[in-house]
Amino acid sequence: MRFLGFLTRRIVGIAAVMVGVSIITFAISHVIPADPTAAALGDHATDQQIAAFRSEYHLDRPLPEQYLTYVVGLVHGDLGRSIRTRRPVADDLFDSFPATIELSLAALIVAIVVGIPAGVWSAISRGRLPDHLVRLVSLVGGSIPVFWLGLIVIGLFYYKLGWFPGGGRIDNFVTPPTTRTGLYVLDSLLAGDLEALRSSVLHLVLPALTLGYFSTAVIARMTRSSMLEVLGQDYMRTARAKGLQERLVVLRHGLRNALIPTVTILGLTFGSLLSGAVLTETIFSWPGLGRYATAAAIALDFPAVLGVTLLAAIVYPLANLVVDVAYFWLDPRTQHG
Amino acid sequence: MASTAALARGGLRLAARAPILANPLNLVALALIAVFAFCALFAPLIAPYDPLLQDLGSRLMPPSPAHWLGTDSLGRDIASRILYGARISLIIGVVVVASAGVFGTVVGLVAGYAGGLVDEALMRLTEVFLAFPALILAMAIAGALGPSLSNAIIAIAAVTWAVYARLTRGQILSVRRREFVEAARAIGASWVRILWQHLLPNVLAPLMIQASFDLGSAIIAAAGLSFIGFGAQPPTPEWGVMISEGRNYINTQPWLSLFPGLAILLAVGSFNLLGDGLRDAFDPRLSRAER
Repeated sequence: MRFLGFLTRRIVGIAAVMVGVSIITFAISHVIPADPTAAALGDHATDQQIAAFRSEYHLDRPLPEQYLTYVVGLVHGDLGRSIRTRRPVADDLFDSFPATIELSLAALIVAIVVGIPAGVWSAISRGRLPDHLVRLVSLVGGSIPVFWLGLIVIGLFYYKLGWFPGGGRIDNFVTPPTTRTGLYVLDSLLAGDLEALRSSVLHLVLPALTLGYFSTAVIARMTRSSMLEVLGQDYMRTARAKGLQERLVVLRHGLRNALIPTVTILGLTFGSLLSGAVLTETIFSWPGLGRYATAAAIALDFPAVLGVTLLAAIVYPLANLVVDVAYFWLDPRTQHG
Repeated sequence: MASTAALARGGLRLAARAPILANPLNLVALALIAVFAFCALFAPLIAPYDPLLQDLGSRLMPPSPAHWLGTDSLGRDIASRILYGARISLIIGVVVVASAGVFGTVVGLVAGYAGGLVDEALMRLTEVFLAFPALILAMAIAGALGPSLSNAIIAIAAVTWAVYARLTRGQILSVRRREFVEAARAIGASWVRILWQHLLPNVLAPLMIQASFDLGSAIIAAAGLSFIGFGAQPPTPEWGVMISEGRNYINTQPWLSLFPGLAILLAVGSFNLLGDGLRDAFDPRLSRAER
């Protein structure tokens, strides 16, 4: 029952935040100096064309009415029609979101697989060369512009060394796998299509490493910090006094406890990956939500901008909710706190 | 009255006495920031060329004694453009942090001190802004207002203030029932005086740490917006614009993008390093764990 109450409160909170997000985004995209009609139809549109456009997008009605129309549509899963692509925004998002999810998940995997061991290594080598090295690489990771890193990585690994493709999700001569999840790597695996799997994995490497570097730095720093706290605890001394091997003491007693704060920031990290994906997708011609958002904002395609913002804004609290729910089950103290 | 004010100012005194200069990394960070600020302030005096001067006869030249960091596709001197770019980046960082910091701190002070419905309303508003994906909201704002450097600054400030509001409110909640606040209230101090003179000094340390990190974040965000066309526009010598202009030459003339990116990395890295140092100095518990 406590869990149900907790879950209900969180979902109501997320719904309230989403109402706020929709109002603010709607206000930004409708009370603007720029004219979406001119952007969509050009300077030579006739009065009839302008009137038809304004009527189609409800721009001829009062603002509160426009918002209510939008919300009613939203409740029915209708995010409006894109001015740029002339397709339903929901369809556009459905097509582009899996590419962003695939890229963000790959980046998160890089961050976990590299960041946690790096943080542990740094903590157990405190004050020595590996520690300084990890801290320096983490500092650079937290300070490097992702779009610049992407360019450098393309220059080196695509142009100079030719090891990886420089953009896109799959080679032009390879047929994309049958869509089941929209994640090319997973779909290729499910279809047993090794050619598509090889091509999609190779295309994923550079953007995932580029996007994942920042999160790797965050996770390495957090793991190092919490490992240092844990390494000084009494139960660690007790474990060593019992004669356990140092490796077991660090991994079984130290890391398990040190990972709790790291798990907390995984949710936050996933949210920030989406913002980083905008620039990474631009650099790597990755056909995801970020590229769609950029094109929409340039074209003053307000239904598309609204749709992307709402979708991206719900991912962040949902990712945190997943982390909190995991906590609720994993850590008994939160159930009684 | 004097004694309560003195108690309240303990937070500031603690900040002032924090061993910031004891850590050599903080000295490195401060030295790098000083160089950055020097370049920004004296760019017209130390830049060898006019950053907008085109010389098509010497376009795409590699680094040489005449052009330390080479020239771009219009023959403009990259070193001069980077020096002028420092000025733009510093202005972006300072304006974003000052405006977002002041606005967010006032919201947090009012929410934390007033409590009740005011607190609820302001914190729900803060949560909404925290839920936004920063770059996408900034793109929407910059796209709606039109692409320019000043609109990019407005956009970045709009997605930054909420962190200060939440941080300040959290700090206020932890000190608002302390004796010195009760004492000030008992002798009839106005709420503005209590907020300004007694509560604000106690929240400055975490705000300074956050500001140091945000100076770097604002520089990266503005460069990112400029890179995709929503911020500063060519021919402005802004670092994101420069990286974007060099994008098509990354295979043949990589210095066009390489050096402006390194400038961002050094500037942001020095602010992040200082942020780390301030956090360690102000929080001895963290400091012990980190070192």
